Amino acid sequence: MKLSGLEPLVLNENSNFINVGERTNVAGSRKFLRLIKEEKFDEALDIARHQVDGGAQIIDINFDDGLIDGKEAMVKFLNLIAAEPDICRVPIMIDSSKWEIIEAGLQVVQGKCVVNSISLKEGEDKFIWEATQIKRYGAAVIVMAFDEIGQADNYERRIEIAKRSYDILVNKVGFPSEDIIFDLNIFPVATGMEEHRRNAIDFIEATRWVRENLENVSVSGGVSNVSFSFRGNNGVREAMHSVFLYHAIQNGMNMGIVNPTMLEVYDDIPKDLLEHVEDVILDRRDDATERLLEFAETVKGSKAEKTVDLSWRENALQDRITHALVKGIDAFIIEDIEQARQEAEKPIDVIEGHLMIGMNVVGDLFGAGKMFLPQVVKSARVMKKAVAYLNPFIEAEKTDKSEPVGKILMATVKGDVHDIGKNIVSVVLACNNYEIVDLGVMVPPEKIIETAISERVDAIGLSGLITPSLDEMVYLAKEMQRQNFELPLLIGGATTSKAHTAVKIDTQYKNAVVHVNDASRAVTVVGDLLNKKSSSAYVAELKKNYDEFRTKFLKRGKEKSYISIHEARQRKYTIDWDTSEIVKPKAMGVQVLKQLSLKELLPFIDWSPFFRSWDLHGKYPDILKDDVVGEQAVQLFNDAQEMVQHIIAKQLLKPKAVFGLFEANTINDDDISVQKKGEEIAVFRTLRQQLKKREGIPNIALADFIAPKHSGKTDYVGAFCVGVFGAQELADSYREKEDDYNAIMVQAIADRFAEAFAEYLHKDVRTKHWGYAENEDLSNADLIKESYKGIRPAPGYPACPDHLEKETIWDLLEVEKLIGVTLTESLAMWPAAAVSGYYFANPEAKYFGLGKITDDQLTDYAVRKGISKEKARKWLHPNLAE
Amino acid sequence: MSDIREVLKERILVLDGAMGTMLQAYKFTEEDFRGERFKDYPTPLQGNNDLLSITQPEAIKTIHGKYFEAGADIVETNTFSGTTIAMADYQMEDLVYELNYQSAKIAKEVADEFTAKEPHKPRFVAGSMGPTNRTASMSPDVNDPGYRAVTFDELRIAYKQQAEALVDGGVDILLVETVFDTLNAKAALFAIEQVKEERGIDIPIMLSGTITDASGRTLSGQTAEAFLISVSHIPLLTIGFNCALGANLLQPHLEAIANKTEFGISAHPNAGLPNAFGEYDESPEEMGEQIEEYLKKNLINIIGGCCGTSPEHIRVIANIAAKYKPRTVIQNEVKNLIN
Repeated sequence: MKLSGLEPLVLNENSNFINVGERTNVAGSRKFLRLIKEEKFDEALDIARHQVDGGAQIIDINFDDGLIDGKEAMVKFLNLIAAEPDICRVPIMIDSSKWEIIEAGLQVVQGKCVVNSISLKEGEDKFIWEATQIKRYGAAVIVMAFDEIGQADNYERRIEIAKRSYDILVNKVGFPSEDIIFDLNIFPVATGMEEHRRNAIDFIEATRWVRENLENVSVSGGVSNVSFSFRGNNGVREAMHSVFLYHAIQNGMNMGIVNPTMLEVYDDIPKDLLEHVEDVILDRRDDATERLLEFAETVKGSKAEKTVDLSWRENALQDRITHALVKGIDAFIIEDIEQARQEAEKPIDVIEGHLMIGMNVVGDLFGAGKMFLPQVVKSARVMKKAVAYLNPFIEAEKTDKSEPVGKILMATVKGDVHDIGKNIVSVVLACNNYEIVDLGVMVPPEKIIETAISERVDAIGLSGLITPSLDEMVYLAKEMQRQNFELPLLIGGATTSKAHTAVKIDTQYKNAVVHVNDASRAVTVVGDLLNKKSSSAYVAELKKNYDEFRTKFLKRGKEKSYISIHEARQRKYTIDWDTSEIVKPKAMGVQVLKQLSLKELLPFIDWSPFFRSWDLHGKYPDILKDDVVGEQAVQLFNDAQEMVQHIIAKQLLKPKAVFGLFEANTINDDDISVQKKGEEIAVFRTLRQQLKKREGIPNIALADFIAPKHSGKTDYVGAFCVGVFGAQELADSYREKEDDYNAIMVQAIADRFAEAFAEYLHKDVRTKHWGYAENEDLSNADLIKESYKGIRPAPGYPACPDHLEKETIWDLLEVEKLIGVTLTESLAMWPAAAVSGYYFANPEAKYFGLGKITDDQLTDYAVRKGISKEKARKWLHPNLAE
Repeated sequence: MSDIREVLKERILVLDGAMGTMLQAYKFTEEDFRGERFKDYPTPLQGNNDLLSITQPEAIKTIHGKYFEAGADIVETNTFSGTTIAMADYQMEDLVYELNYQSAKIAKEVADEFTAKEPHKPRFVAGSMGPTNRTASMSPDVNDPGYRAVTFDELRIAYKQQAEALVDGGVDILLVETVFDTLNAKAALFAIEQVKEERGIDIPIMLSGTITDASGRTLSGQTAEAFLISVSHIPLLTIGFNCALGANLLQPHLEAIANKTEFGISAHPNAGLPNAFGEYDESPEEMGEQIEEYLKKNLINIIGGCCGTSPEHIRVIANIAAKYKPRTVIQNEVKNLIN
């Protein structure tokens, strides 16, 4: 194989193993991810340079992350790399699961790249098409051992898929065989599961087969996976990597991703360790795993975490308390605290002494990125348990309580019910000895103002998830200014952003306004704000920072121009209604679903957002193997599974759904008239894109996906709402037991169930009730990727940002009466774990973002909807072009 | 019609010399460039050499004829700047199809005349596709290294249009030449592959890069071998270098790629380096001596001239080329190098 950057890289029989650097992969490096998110491309380039200087012969570049515009980032980063001869001298590996990102990358690199990766996962047609394009762009390709059935996980499947892929590439596509690289899936061994025993040896043997039978190809893989079960024991891991590579290379593996700092020299591995490791890698004994686990305890650097180690119980009292806090172990805390109380002069000293010393360690580790959020919340649980135990003694002594370092008011704003993030920040602040006044959800601004005064708080924290909450926050900032408040205002929640805070909120309030979306930052920010000595300097710096950010942000707005709504309608997305297939739903009208068991929803859960809600970033299941957060992710995931089982067994959450399928036609361009037996029973008002686009690119509205009245065809539309009931009550019951960890867990899980239910119901509608995709056969991963036919856009989200449309759905489906999901004044759904939206079945229907609209459409929309322009402006505010 | 692939196995083929240098001798004025048809065209047109295929076709034909007479087997069409991107300077984007089509057509007419006269020595036309005046992998703005003045797709579309017109006009070969940014060349190759696929044709492609200075790299920074690897995904009739350097300075770069590819090797160097007046003054004999060095080393399949070369240069080169055998490529050797 020959590749090139500015210089050639030729791989032949005499070449050594080619090492691929993967620190420039957002999934492989947390730091790189952060830099890209913060648009610090200069520093990101340093990482690339560091890799090349460190000996990487190819650099793998990946921007697959939900919060990054992967295509834009790929093009920008590769363009910047092209200007750095000391980086772009090596070939680039363009890594993405999205074809459009791969293609965008191929279009900006002059050298011969490697595409990572393609596979038969979605069938031969797609595979052939992508391979043909890659060939024409002049790149080599990594082929994953993955097909329509799934990922190859044994010897036979690996060679079956490799052979099939090879034959297609060479015979059908004419792909040069020397430009094919197989990734034969390196999976962990020594996991304790019988079916994982042969994971390494199967890979090695399959590698041998591939190199002997498929002429000219290369074999690659990510090596660190193999030792996954020994996280925390680097001594054993390093030996495992070396042993694995030693055998894999001998059998023909010629390139791969290896962290050079996690590699022992094969010959330097002590004989006994080598024997145990080889037993496992080569699957030489039935008890190989047990023996290695046992032996691992003796290996230097081992944390011996695989068995319950109680040796810490023999340490001094303070060490035990600190250990319990850091590890989140509450089994012995009462016993230790009681001992501390007896030794202390006053019970309060235990809090101020022992517990604070321990929590400071937690805070330091967290601040240094050595502990992660779920661990800190567990620490807080231990802390709270200890304090709860001490409180009666403190009360009895009638001394003053420990003087908190500050008092923070926390609230989810009026109309919004989402509070997971707020709860997490509250817990983190509380365990740093701040007193929290938590007003809960849907808190009217008057109550926030009133409580802030009466409780004499030191700062106010506002949270919200839906877009109208942004306006509530602006309103509150104005109110605080009007009443001459001086308290700092903290802003957080999923829809908030530094940009919105800087542009819209900071300008309303002359004192400190800070956007804090990361619980780990909350502590330092609040600390700086309340520090009497330095706060005024900090606030001044903050104001300046936001001012600069604002100026930059307003300037950076790419020059966008808009066309009139009239012109946009001329450029609508056109479907040929004479040929487009319209399927009449099998079951028309409204139906309710209440008897579903949660168990059936389990396979539909997309876990990635669950980890995000805990500030752990990465895609499930890859996140479980992540170098940085993997260990925590596994722990959190196990706890989540336990909670899920508990919820299912006790039926603690109750899913309910209502949906309806109706006759429909588009009328007056942008409205969808919903009919029953020819009579109009509702009208969905849709909004149309107005951004000026290239010739041939349409300006879409959802109405384009329904046949217009004048086509003479009867078309159909659907609407739905799913809700998961009981989460609040369950979370409260945990909170009463001072167990915030599980309270937050319950809410996060309920959210996942609601999303899973929406996915489940959509599938049911597609394949049964509507029946337009009866023969659909998609894996759950495909569902999460939304690769099915038809869409289910939700009011309040990019395709249809107007929350008011929920009211239309509520009337049409009688949502409140039939299943009890209600709308708040900001049109958030209650219970919070709920999803509602429309169904469009046309195969051409697709998700899109409305983007900004201009005043003419706003006026037109208000008239169509029969509301005042002021009301329309209030709700569509975030979508109005300035 | 003989297949150039077959002819190439038998002998070294000779490409023509400079078009621009020859045109200078005519001292065409603004009016000559405009002709009757573009009398009132809003932009100045002097210097738009490609346009002369329409306004002064006889001059172009005469030059092609002189090169064939001197012994050239292949002449290049007068279309070095025939893309919408390069023609934007003259606001002549809409004329691109016609420019290429006409240039191809007149070159082909001359070639056919010579082939008819000397059937033992068939003549060919290579459609010249220049690099455009923009680079896809470099920023023209030193303060904004991430900026690009042209995208892959813009280049691909422009090149596709040019290639289609050249093929319609009857060229035998497409010559992507004077490549200073490999990404531009990849866009051109991508476009040509599309044309080949859409029309079901298999037109041979020659690709020629340019190494601009003593660093031994292309303008976009690649070494000769990296350049070769980056464009080897498309089957090429020949790969090689042209322009920028004289014959002697080009030799090490030809050697760098010659034993690493199974494609043919081409070279069309300048007549030395420009002197203090910007003129190329290497005589036909001097240049011939240098080129004989290549041929002795069995490096070459197609040889010709670039800036500053005249029919006299080509005559000398053709005479020398006739004495030597073309470079032979033993496929197995290359295969071994690959694996």
